[in-house]
Amino acid sequence: MIPKNISKAASWYESSARDRINGLLDHGSFREILGPEAGVISPHLALFDLPPAFDDGMIIGRGTMNGHPVAIAAQEGQFMGGTFAEVSGAKLVGLLRAATAAADTAQAVSTVFLLLDTGGVRLQEANAGEMAVSETVRALLEARSAGIAVIALIGGRAGAFGGGGIVTACCSHVIISEQGRISISGPEVIETNKGAEEFDSRDRALVWRVTGGRSRALLGGADSYVKGDVASFRQAAAVTRNTLPDFSLATLDAEQKRLEERLNAYGDCRDTPEIWARAGIDDPKNVSELSDDAFIALLAEKGHAHGAR
Amino acid sequence: MEKFTISTRAQRPLSGTTRQAILGVVASGNLELLFERIGGDTVEINILTASTGYRTVWEAVIRDFVERTSPGGVRITIHDNGARPDTVMLRLMQGAKMLEMPS
Repeated sequence: MIPKNISKAASWYESSARDRINGLLDHGSFREILGPEAGVISPHLALFDLPPAFDDGMIIGRGTMNGHPVAIAAQEGQFMGGTFAEVSGAKLVGLLRAATAAADTAQAVSTVFLLLDTGGVRLQEANAGEMAVSETVRALLEARSAGIAVIALIGGRAGAFGGGGIVTACCSHVIISEQGRISISGPEVIETNKGAEEFDSRDRALVWRVTGGRSRALLGGADSYVKGDVASFRQAAAVTRNTLPDFSLATLDAEQKRLEERLNAYGDCRDTPEIWARAGIDDPKNVSELSDDAFIALLAEKGHAHGAR
Repeated sequence: MEKFTISTRAQRPLSGTTRQAILGVVASGNLELLFERIGGDTVEINILTASTGYRTVWEAVIRDFVERTSPGGVRITIHDNGARPDTVMLRLMQGAKMLEMPS
């Protein structure tokens, strides 16, 4: 049943990439770069007899958040599974590089928002897509070095898998909802390579229990957990803008140490309830059944503060 | 995949002042449409569809759409991924409404 209090609010999961942008930024402030009328579409899809999209599933531009200039990129998860490809990748890389180049000028932005919704690299443009992911990671880290916050917002249908998972992990802050999923290899890929005993991709509860927003938030893979409506994402995005740790060697060392400790503590666990039991959470099997409010309270008490991203 | 253009004339120009609208998504059984005002009374519809052999169905849907809304002076570019005629009609009506809204 749809909870009464969110039934009328726009859902991040259900919204299109363009609706998410419009709901996140100040009303009417979004100015698209290389919009649909520019006709910059994939040069490869026609070879595979596949229809293209006007924006190649990547919408980029500028706008304001509470009056402050920001840059934004949003992937359309329903087009080709929200992929990294030649054109979509170049748009994202270009946006990040432009933000870095504009630092300390009149065109500067304080933040780049990445509304990722992706299964990873587009198979039909795999080489270009893999290149796009690595160039995105480099451009993202250069933007962070220039003092620009890069914030990932994850809660779409496709999640953030493959290269999208790597890009997410490189961001200065990750905002996620219960529906959001972050991982590298998708459930189907793991099952194909290692068998259903390793990971049963058709067990939806298992997939969300392991890769979903609640486990990512509890383990420090995401920094802010929000309810699944667009307004909650906006609220979290507005407050995280100025609260980011230094992007320094000390910060990365601290994160490396945290990840090593996490692996030592939970590396032999087979499923998330085992982790929650070791972490001292009461009723570990029930974490995915809690209401959002109850989970947010639990997270405040038991969550692994990241602090090192 | 098949690509063709259907050109026709409308009784009246489409009202409103919005210059451009984009809607829909190229997902299975869905389509995306870009509406652009070009002036005059012609209606130009460029269609790229994943399903080959349905031109007469497209022509019938568009004839119905033009009769209902009279979208004169509009160019519509469509990327279709196997949408059914009722979905196409719904999206065409939605796009016309978006252009009719004040900009």
